[in-house]
Amino acid sequence: MCTIVPISLSIGANRIVPTVSIPYPLGNPELPAEKEKELRRHLVEKALNALATPVDDQTVFND
Amino acid sequence: MAYKVVHYINQFFAGIGGEEKADIAPEVREGKVGPGMGLGQLLAPDAEIVATFICGDNYFATNSDKVCQEVIDCCKKYKADALIAGPAFNAGRYGTACASVCAAVQKELGIPTLTALYKENPGVDLFRKEIVIVETANSARGMGKALPTMAAVAKKLLSGKAIEDPAAEGVFSKGIRQNMFYSEPGAERAVKMLIKKLKKEPFTTEYPMPVFDRVTPRPPVKDMSHAKIAIVTSGGIVPFGNPDHIAASSAQNFGEYDISGVTDLKKGEYQTAHGGYDQTYANQDPDRVLPVDVLRDLVREGKIGSLYEHYYATVGNGTAVANAKKFGTEIGKKLKDANVQAVILTST
Repeated sequence: MCTIVPISLSIGANRIVPTVSIPYPLGNPELPAEKEKELRRHLVEKALNALATPVDDQTVFND
Repeated sequence: MAYKVVHYINQFFAGIGGEEKADIAPEVREGKVGPGMGLGQLLAPDAEIVATFICGDNYFATNSDKVCQEVIDCCKKYKADALIAGPAFNAGRYGTACASVCAAVQKELGIPTLTALYKENPGVDLFRKEIVIVETANSARGMGKALPTMAAVAKKLLSGKAIEDPAAEGVFSKGIRQNMFYSEPGAERAVKMLIKKLKKEPFTTEYPMPVFDRVTPRPPVKDMSHAKIAIVTSGGIVPFGNPDHIAASSAQNFGEYDISGVTDLKKGEYQTAHGGYDQTYANQDPDRVLPVDVLRDLVREGKIGSLYEHYYATVGNGTAVANAKKFGTEIGKKLKDANVQAVILTST
């Protein structure tokens, strides 16, 4: 899970989930706490989905 | 007067024998032996092979420090101006021996050393940063091409000249940058390079990017509801006070932290040690970097089997690739020993 996807691609990560921002990859301080946690849960579920998905090559899991 | 060179070769190239003789102890012969014949002719009249140090590959492998010292002593005895080892092509033990003796002699005596290896010889990765290694073919069929390059590079080193363009001179780059004078300033060279790139013409970069490992993707987790998931971060999330003193940049270590019973990373209990981004948001709520709160919910709901009781953290800020690789290997081993099925890595 990373914000700068090109870096993850260059170093060879195979399952990549893009995140929000460098200082808060899994959050957004502008959202109310509840909404922010929903956003984080959505991203983590995407990561779990990526881990459960077969891939042959480097794959970026966008929405 | 010609420069004096000591030549290191193994039992095979000395004509003593193959694998069955690989355990022979070192011997020194005056003058040239084996590939030293051809090499000596190419070095003349500038340099001369005064002695040949012969050692069995297995003997070296089990007595490397001792043999290195004997090669140093031999170079001293013959007042060598340089040591040449090999060529060893793709022979792993021989190549490692050649590179090891070169590194030892260069360090101890400060004289030029040189070996010649195939790019996949393990001696290349082990020693390319320290010593000059000529690139060869993967077998002794490349002898004819290797020897003239070795002789030319050896003469250059003996005369005190630097290797300015490793690729053009047939040696592996050491990966160091050296100040040099060019007829054109950097701006002009950069623009010329850019124009070539735009025209899709070949060009040579002056600063190659590092090449990273590629790993075959692992098969997916079959049953997430029973999987043990771990979390690792380069975002610097540590217990408050940063007990392992992980550096804010160029990290030298990683931390292992027990989160059994922790359901939420709270402000004042956890913080970031990362010095490469604005810490305000991560310190307000460290879950923004390491999502422990959400993962606990998912465990409770049965979506994942469990969250591994330790997490690992370092700071990915100007961190040396070699260090990162070392941390990764150590963390990977711990996770494997703990039967973790999958890992979520978060980075900032």
